[in-house]
Amino acid sequence: MSNLLALNWPWAAAVLGMAAVTYATRISGLLLLSGVEVKGRWKAALDAVPVSVMMAVITPSILMTGKAESLSAVIVAIAAYFRAPLVLNILLGMGSVVLLRHLLGG
Amino acid sequence: MVAYVPIGLLWGTLAAGKGFSALAAMLMSVFVYAGASQFVAVDMWVQPLPILVLTLTTLVVNLRHVLMSASISRHITAVPKGWRYALMFILTDESWAMAERRALHAPLDFGYMVGSSLPLWPTWFLCSFIGAAVGNRLGAPETYGLDFAFSAIFLSIIMGFWKGPRTGAVIIASGAAAVGTKLALSGAWYIMAGGVVGVIVASLLHSEADA
Repeated sequence: MSNLLALNWPWAAAVLGMAAVTYATRISGLLLLSGVEVKGRWKAALDAVPVSVMMAVITPSILMTGKAESLSAVIVAIAAYFRAPLVLNILLGMGSVVLLRHLLGG
Repeated sequence: MVAYVPIGLLWGTLAAGKGFSALAAMLMSVFVYAGASQFVAVDMWVQPLPILVLTLTTLVVNLRHVLMSASISRHITAVPKGWRYALMFILTDESWAMAERRALHAPLDFGYMVGSSLPLWPTWFLCSFIGAAVGNRLGAPETYGLDFAFSAIFLSIIMGFWKGPRTGAVIIASGAAAVGTKLALSGAWYIMAGGVVGVIVASLLHSEADA
């Protein structure tokens, strides 16, 4: 699959499987909750989903990779806390991780 | 939307490194359209392809969509029912996070959902194509810190939800559970584990007084 347009059957099967399960996850929340009113403790739980899931997704990259990554994550988190724009934060993260890897020899 | 450009280019570059043609990279982005799982899949991409394991891992990584679409379903009741299912195809971490933040002070109508979510989709798959076509010439993504861009985006979105110490408790609980699970189990179970533990902590810390 090295040229620009090449495709093959195993690739197609993998993409089909991945696409099917992904769409299933995207509509199942709708199917489960349609017509149900959510409040109180359940609302607090649902409201916490974004923070909780996103943190889990990036945990291996920011906490289990190296000191440079963990320190850069702290820097980005502080900048984001003070409402730095997203693009600036990305550049800050990329810049600090490169610099810190260099300085820390990681 | 600007964030999808570097991330899409980065993912395309990594996919090309595993033998994806530019078209193959683009079509995966068209049909799967779930960045985190695509990064994980490319990481696991070996020949012969472990198709079943790839599919199951994608399911685990994307199980968070169940919680996300459950949460957003509360705010899109003004959208015609058939369209809700179409909209869910373009529900991503970022479009969903934006929609949830808007839902704090305004209802989500069809126009807002399409306008905020739909442009991200072609941005993502076209950048995947370009990344795979030309990205290899950039050299290793680590040289530019591109491999950290995804984490920086998620961190920024997470901090956008900051509402005080309780948010901090959710972050710590989720991170700790993810670390523990990642150390104990291979695969992507740490995502569900962290997600569920964080949500449980949020629910335990809830008090009716400030609802």
